[in-house]
Amino acid sequence: MLELRNVTKVFNPGTVNEKVAINDVSLKLNDGDFVTVIGSNGAGKSTMLNLVAGLWKPDSGSILLDDIDVTKMPEYKRAKYMGRVFQDPHDGTASDMNIEENLAIAARRGKKHTLKWGITRKERETYRELLAGLGLGLENRMTSKVGLLSGGQRQAITLLMASLECPKILLLDEHTAALDPKTAKVVLDLTDKIVRENHLTTLMVTHNMKDAIAHGNRLIMMNNGHILLDIKGEEKMNLTIEELLEKFNQSSGEEFASDKALL
Amino acid sequence: MPFINALPGAVAQGLVWAIMAIGVYITFRILDIADLTVDGSFATGGAVMAIYALNSDGSAGSMIVGMLLALAAGLVAGLITGLIHTRLGIPPILSGILTQLILWSVNLKIMGGKANISVSARQYDVIIKLSDPVWAIVKTLGIVALIIIALYLFFGTELGSAIRATGNNLKMSRAQGINVNLNKVIGLMLSNGLVALSGALLSQYQGFSDINMGRGAIVIGLAAVVIGEAIFSKIVRNFALRLASVVFGAVIYYIVYQLVISLGMDTDLMKMLSAIVVAIFLGIPYLKKKYLDPAVKAKKDSKNGAGGDENA
Repeated sequence: MLELRNVTKVFNPGTVNEKVAINDVSLKLNDGDFVTVIGSNGAGKSTMLNLVAGLWKPDSGSILLDDIDVTKMPEYKRAKYMGRVFQDPHDGTASDMNIEENLAIAARRGKKHTLKWGITRKERETYRELLAGLGLGLENRMTSKVGLLSGGQRQAITLLMASLECPKILLLDEHTAALDPKTAKVVLDLTDKIVRENHLTTLMVTHNMKDAIAHGNRLIMMNNGHILLDIKGEEKMNLTIEELLEKFNQSSGEEFASDKALL
Repeated sequence: MPFINALPGAVAQGLVWAIMAIGVYITFRILDIADLTVDGSFATGGAVMAIYALNSDGSAGSMIVGMLLALAAGLVAGLITGLIHTRLGIPPILSGILTQLILWSVNLKIMGGKANISVSARQYDVIIKLSDPVWAIVKTLGIVALIIIALYLFFGTELGSAIRATGNNLKMSRAQGINVNLNKVIGLMLSNGLVALSGALLSQYQGFSDINMGRGAIVIGLAAVVIGEAIFSKIVRNFALRLASVVFGAVIYYIVYQLVISLGMDTDLMKMLSAIVVAIFLGIPYLKKKYLDPAVKAKKDSKNGAGGDENA
């Protein structure tokens, strides 16, 4: 599946603002892994995700997806292998286009955009069923502009879009951080459902320790551009916040800094 | 009544410029780029038309060939702006200004160093002419209708949808595997192709092509877009009808223009007035949000209640 080999990323090299965001990180995800990534601000978790997505190229090391080397592949080209949901609900959808048009674009991820009609009748029926599965009543608003929907609804649609063309990997970048707690729970439950049903290999970055523990089968904690902890299997299933903090303190020799992550 | 007599001419001119305004709509509203190439590519269309007419047999057929060549020249103009923007990473507004300047020289070269070339109805079998505005209206309406139908179909395709998504949300588009740079170039080409076609038609209608004919064209195009939206945006959602509202916008612009002139307005001031109209219409959404949005207002009020002197 996804493999990072000795990946390093430095921002503003050679200046006073030089920052080693990711330092010699190696990581291998197995097929069907649902990995949650946690760490305080500046730990490198979002940088790692964006390197996988292709926003930047690493300074050294390589990134492989199913043995395909995507290290130098431009973002839009490697998009065919990955589904992505962003922190800002506005980022994942085209707000001036309607729900079905957004889904139709996602259904063509990684394919050539031809002069065939942009959406077929058969597709519409599929989308209606999939939207009904979200349980948000969106199946009756397929021609509404996405811009009229709430943040939670938009994240739900973005999740659906990310999973439409079964991606090799699903990248979730703090995708519930901008939502109120109740909506965040709805979207997280939906995430679990979609990941389970489509058997998706998933990398979920979060600020929230509770979420990181409650979801997925593997937890990675990052600090100063390194992977500090990699907890899987039974150990992950029985993990508590107290244990996690203790492990963090032991491995890093410092106190965990972010109060936000404890909530 | 000089105004009533001038009305058919104003409508015909508005329809010719409507083609240009549709081009502006593609960049300004669909791609979300304010493309200033159009001031140059409009004149390029006229220049190509004039030179081709001069070297042709002057038949209606060669007028049509001349218009198609003008369209092709416009596509190239858009391509240049697109490449400057996407390959050199120069902001779109500046890219357009650079191409506009390039085109100034190119247009002069096309016209053999002359600033003005006649495309006279006496010499050529022109498609539309000033002396017969009613026929000009009918024919131009036909061309406009064809363009709207073609664009409606195009923007409904996979490629067209991808271009719309590109203009709407770059981040989402890249994440959905859309080549946003390619789509911007295609959109800019399409837009400037239409703008040059409009220039070619205008040179026939007014009987000459002029190196300055595109000066301020962007403002007229924007005026047509914003006037059309101000009047029709509440009632039309369909894409073809939105393009039609741009056409109405252009026609209304030229009717008002004619009216103002017939009321004795100094024509030297027309460009300034057009720009002010555009500034006002484009500023309205911002002002509305700032002063009339209930959410913002409520926040302000509560702030005032608590803090006191933040009312600046």
